[in-house]
Amino acid sequence: MENLIALLVAAPLLGAAVLLCGGRRLDRAGHWLGTLLAAASFVVAVVLFTDMLGKGAEDRALHQKLFSWIPVEGFQADVAFQLDQLSMTFVLLITGVGTLIHIYSIGYMEHDERRRRFFGYLNLFLAAMLILVIADNYLLLYVGWEGVGLASYLLIGFWQHKPSAATAAKKAFLVNRVGDMGLSIAIMLMFTTFGTFAYGPVLEATGETSEGKLTAIGLMLLLAACGKSAQVPLQSWLGDAMEGPTPVSALIHAATMVTAGVYLIVRSGAIFNAAPDAQMVVVVVGAVTLIFGAIVGCAKDDIKKALAGSTMSQIGYMILAAGLGPIGYVFAIMHLVTHGFFKAGLFLGAGSVMHGMNDEVDMRKYGGLRKYMPVTFVTFGLGYLAIIGFPGLSGFFSKDKIIEAAFAKGGTEGWILGSVALLGAAITAFYMTRVMLMTFFGEERWRRTATPSPDAPDVEPAAETRGEHAEPHPHESPKSMTIPMIVLAFGSVFAGGFFSIGDRFLHWLEPVTGHDHGDAPIGASTVTAATMVALVIGVAIAWAMYGRKPVPVAAPRGSLLTRAARRDLLQDDFNHVVLVRGGEHLTRSLVYVDHTLVDGVVNGTAASMGGLSGRLRKLQNGYARSYAVSMFGGTAVLIAATLLMRAV
Amino acid sequence: MSATAVHSLWTTASGVTSAAPDEKFKAPVIEYTQLAPVLIVIGVAVLGVLVEAFVPRRARYYTQVFLTVVALVAAFAAVVGLAAGGYGTTKAHIAAMGAVAVDGPSLFLQGVILLTSLVAVFTFAERRLDPEAHGNRVDSFAAQAASVPGSDSEKAAVRAGFTTTEVFPLVLFSVAGMLVFPAANDLLTLFVALEVFSLPLYLLCAVARRKRLMSQESAVKYFLLGAFSSAFLLFGIALLYGYAGSVSYAQIATVVDGSIQRTDPALADTMGNDALLLIGGAMILTGLLFKVGAVPFHMWTPDVYQGAPTPVTGFMAAATKVAAFGALLRLLYVVLPGLTWDLRPVMWGIAIVTMVGGAVVAITQTDIKRLLAYSSIAHAGFILAGVIAATPDGISSVLFYLGTYSFVTVGAFAVVTLVRDAGGEATHLSKWAGLGRRSPLVAAVFAVFLLAFAGIPLTSGFSGKFAVFKAAADGGAGGLVVVGVISSAIAAFFYIRVIVLMFFSEPKADGPTVAVPSPLTMTTIAVGVAVTVVLGLAPQYFLDLASQAGTFVR
Repeated sequence: MENLIALLVAAPLLGAAVLLCGGRRLDRAGHWLGTLLAAASFVVAVVLFTDMLGKGAEDRALHQKLFSWIPVEGFQADVAFQLDQLSMTFVLLITGVGTLIHIYSIGYMEHDERRRRFFGYLNLFLAAMLILVIADNYLLLYVGWEGVGLASYLLIGFWQHKPSAATAAKKAFLVNRVGDMGLSIAIMLMFTTFGTFAYGPVLEATGETSEGKLTAIGLMLLLAACGKSAQVPLQSWLGDAMEGPTPVSALIHAATMVTAGVYLIVRSGAIFNAAPDAQMVVVVVGAVTLIFGAIVGCAKDDIKKALAGSTMSQIGYMILAAGLGPIGYVFAIMHLVTHGFFKAGLFLGAGSVMHGMNDEVDMRKYGGLRKYMPVTFVTFGLGYLAIIGFPGLSGFFSKDKIIEAAFAKGGTEGWILGSVALLGAAITAFYMTRVMLMTFFGEERWRRTATPSPDAPDVEPAAETRGEHAEPHPHESPKSMTIPMIVLAFGSVFAGGFFSIGDRFLHWLEPVTGHDHGDAPIGASTVTAATMVALVIGVAIAWAMYGRKPVPVAAPRGSLLTRAARRDLLQDDFNHVVLVRGGEHLTRSLVYVDHTLVDGVVNGTAASMGGLSGRLRKLQNGYARSYAVSMFGGTAVLIAATLLMRAV
Repeated sequence: MSATAVHSLWTTASGVTSAAPDEKFKAPVIEYTQLAPVLIVIGVAVLGVLVEAFVPRRARYYTQVFLTVVALVAAFAAVVGLAAGGYGTTKAHIAAMGAVAVDGPSLFLQGVILLTSLVAVFTFAERRLDPEAHGNRVDSFAAQAASVPGSDSEKAAVRAGFTTTEVFPLVLFSVAGMLVFPAANDLLTLFVALEVFSLPLYLLCAVARRKRLMSQESAVKYFLLGAFSSAFLLFGIALLYGYAGSVSYAQIATVVDGSIQRTDPALADTMGNDALLLIGGAMILTGLLFKVGAVPFHMWTPDVYQGAPTPVTGFMAAATKVAAFGALLRLLYVVLPGLTWDLRPVMWGIAIVTMVGGAVVAITQTDIKRLLAYSSIAHAGFILAGVIAATPDGISSVLFYLGTYSFVTVGAFAVVTLVRDAGGEATHLSKWAGLGRRSPLVAAVFAVFLLAFAGIPLTSGFSGKFAVFKAAADGGAGGLVVVGVISSAIAAFFYIRVIVLMFFSEPKADGPTVAVPSPLTMTTIAVGVAVTVVLGLAPQYFLDLASQAGTFVR
C-alpha cells in the first residue's frame, strides 16, 4: 500500500512535465489531461484513505523511501514520504479541492489561449503541495515549500501582460523569500542541534534539547509560516495575489497553500510544546492577524480582496489554535479543512460572479445578482453561512471549537484570546454579510440605465461586446463551473457537522497531534451562545449599513479607520518606509563603503606594493660589489641571529 | 694542524675511531654500480672533451648531441634501476666510504635532475630559431666563445660556421656535479660537487651568441659571487670540522646531538665548541642559500638569468635549484637536526623575506627573463617553507615541489626562446603585448606555465604549493603559510598581468615573431605542459612516489 504514496505526487508531476514541455500540440487536450491526472491523484488518495481507515489508530502511518538524496557521511537526506492521519487529511483536501478547481478552470479559462500552461502550473502546484505535506523530513518539505512558492509566483503572474499582476507576483515572491529564509535557517539549526532533518528523530529529541535552541527553531518556523500563510508581519502579499486567475485564488490562496504554515506548526508541534515562548509568539501572531485581516476585509470593495482579508483572518484563527498547543492542534486542522471547503466555494462563487460581470471585481457595481445567478447565489450563500458560523454549518463547528480552545488556554491569556476570537467572529459576520448584501441584494448598480428592468432578455453577450464599458449581462456560469461550486457547498454545509459529531475528527487526528482539553473557565454552551450573539451583532450592523440603505456606487470617503483599512492598514506604506527606504539607504551606504573603504584598501595595497617594488628594485644596481655586500651582510645577520638564538 | 688530525679526516669516515698513525693504508671500497648514474654522466663528459679534440668540426654537433642524450638517458635508466632495486628504500645506504648517500631523496632528485637536463639539452641543441648565418645553422651559443665581442676574429668564426659544441660536455660535467650534490654525505664531497657543477655553469653563462657583453658580464658576476659563496661554504666546513673532528655528516650529527663524546687530541681546544658549530653551520647555509637564490643571497639571480643564453637559464634555474635544495635538505635533516631549534627562527626569516621580496620586486619587472628570475626567488621561498616543516611530509613535499617546478621552468624558458625579433629574443615585456592574438598556441602554452607558477588549481604548481604549505602548516609553521599565501597572491598579480598582456592587448606593429622550432624545443615544451597538467590533475601517484622517497639514510 505504501508504494502508492509516490503515485500521489507522480501523477500531477507527470501532468506538469507533459503540459509544460509538450508544446502547442497539447493545447486542445491539455486541460483534460491535467484534470484527469489531478483526479487520478485524488483516487489514489481515496484508496489510501480507505486502507488507512481499515487499520488501528496506532499503525495507520505509512512510510515510503524512494531513494537516498544526499548520502554523505554525517549528512543523510532521503527522498522519503510519510503518510499519517495529518498528511492524509491534507492529501484529501488538496487532491479533492484541487480536482474540483481543475474542473472549474476548464470553464473559467476557456477563452484564455494559454490555458494549457495554466493547467501545467496547477499540476505543478499540486505535486509540490503534496510533496510538502507527505515529506518525512524537513529538507524534503522545504522542496515542496519552494515548489508551491514557485507555482504561486507563476500563477499570480499568469496574466503577465498586466503590470499589476507581474508586480503582485514579484511581491508575493519577495515576501515569501523572507519566510523561506526562516525555514532554511530553522532547518540548519535543526541539523546542528539534532544532526538530522527527519521528523521522527527531530520531534522525539525535543525533550533532551535546551529550550533556547527550540525557541530559536520555533521562531524561525513561525517566520516561515508567516510568509507562506500571510500572517502579520508578512501578510502584505496576499491581497495583491488576487491578481491571479480566480481558480488560483481559490485553490492556492484560500484552500491549500496558504494553510501550509498551519501544517508546519502543527507538524512541528513537539518543538513548540517544548518552547512555550515561541508558542506564545505564535498565538500573538494568530490573534493579531485574525483581527487585522478581518478589518481589512470590512473595507475592501474588491470582492476578491475582501475575501483575501477574510482568508488572512481565518488563517489567523488556525494559527492561533495551533499556538494553543495540544488544546488547539486538532481544531486548527479541522477549521483548515472546513475553511478549505467554504473559502474555495466562496472564491469560486466570486469567480462565477466576475465571469458573468465582465470581470468586474468592484462590489459597488454589483447588486441584485441573485436573480441572474441562482446557483452561484445559493452556493455562495451556503459558503457565507458556513464562514460566519451559522449554526449547523461547517464553520459553526470548527470556529466554535477554536474559540472554546482559546478560552480553555486558561488564565488571563485565555480570556484575552477568547475575547479576540469572539470579536473576530463578530467582524467576520459583518464583512461577509456586507459582501453578500452588496453582491446579491439591493439595487442593480451595474445597470447604466436609470431604470433596472428584470425582464431584460438574458442572452449570452458576444465576445466583442464584453468590453470594458459595455453594460454587463449577468448570467449563470457553465456547468463545469457550477458543479464544483455545488460540491464545495455540500462540504461547506456538512463537513463541520460530520467532523464534530461524535468527535470523529478528534479521534482521527489525536494519535498524531495529541490532544488536551485544557481547563475551560466557561462551559461550551456559554461559548456557543456568546458566539451566536457576536454573529447576530455582526450581521445586524451589516444589515443596518448595507441592507437597509442603498449602497453608493462611488465609495464614500469613510472614517480614518476605513481609509486605512482600504490601504490594507498601511502595510505597504510601512514596508515602503521601513524596508524599501531603509534598504535603499543601507545599499547606498554599503556601496559608499565599498567604493571608498574596500576599494581604497585594495587599490592602496596595490599602489603601496608597486611603490615598495620600485624602491626594492633600486637595490639591484648591477654592481657585483653591492651584491657581495648584500651576501656578506646576510651572512653576518644569519650568524648573529643564530648565535643570539642560542644565547636567548 | 698535525699529521694525526689530517689522517683522522679519512679514517673516522671509514668508521675507525681511534686512528693510529702507523695503520696501513686501506684501499677504498667503491660501489660502482650504485654510483653508475654519476659515473655514466661524467664518463661521457670526458668522452665529449675527447670528441672536441679529435672529431672533425662538422660532425661534432651531432656526435655531442647524441652522446649527451645517450648519457642522460642511460643515467636516468640507471637511477630507475637502482630505485627498482630498492636502493631508495630498504637497501638505502652510504656508498663510497661514506662519501655518497644512495637513498630515496638522492635517487628521486637525481631522476628529476636527469630528466630536466635531458629536456633542457634539447633546447641547447635547437638550431632553427636564429636565421642561418652564412649558410650555417646556428644555435644559441657564440661561434667562438674566446673571441672578443665585435672583433674580427668573432666575425671570422661566424663566417667559418663555428659553433660552441663544448657546451654539451660542460652541461654533462655540471649535471654530474648536481647528481652528487644532493647525495653528498660528507662536507668535502659536498664542496667538490658544488664546484664541479658551478664552474661549467659560469662558463655556459658566458657563451651567448647574441648580447655577448651582457652574457659575459653575467658570467663574471656569477663567478665572482659564486666564488664568494664558496668561500663561505668552505670556511663553514673548516669550522664544523674544528667542532666535530670530522667532515662526515653522520659523525657531525652524533657530536651535535651529544650522543658521542670524543676528543681528538689535535682538536682538543675546539671540539664541542658550540660557537664553531653555529657559525660554521650558518656559513654552510649561506653557501647553499646562495645556490637556491634565497634573499639576501639572491642578487646574482636576475642579472645572470637575464644575461645567460636562455637555454642555459632554463637548465640552471631548474636543475641548480633541485640540486641545491637536495643538499640543503640533507644538511638540515642529517647533519643539523640537533640545531633545528636554533636555526628555525633564522630560516623563518629567510623564507619570509625570500617569498615576499621575490614576489614584490617581480611586480615592477619589464623583462620576461628577469621576471622569471624573481619568480624563481619567490618559489625558493615557498620551497624553504616546506624545508622548515622539519617533518617527513616536509621532505616529500619539497621533493614533489622541485619535480613540478623544474619542468615548468624549463618549459617556460623554452617558450621565451621562441619569441624573437631582429635582435634575437624579444624579452622586453612590452613586446609580448598581443602575442595571444598572433600566436595563440604559444601564448596559451606560456599561459599554462604562468598559471602553474601562480599555483592555480589543475596545474602542477597548485599541487606542489599545496603539498608544501600543508607540510609547513602541519609542521607548526602556520605563520609561514600565511605569508606564503599572501606572497602567492602578490605573485599571481604579475603572472596574470603577463597573460592579460598577451591576450587582451593590441599587438604592436613592430612586434616580435614567433619562430617555428624544431621538434627538439617542441618536445621540451610539450613535456613541460604534459607534466604541468598531469601533476595538476592527478598528482597522487607522484606524491606517493615522493613520500616513499622521503627518508634520508644516516
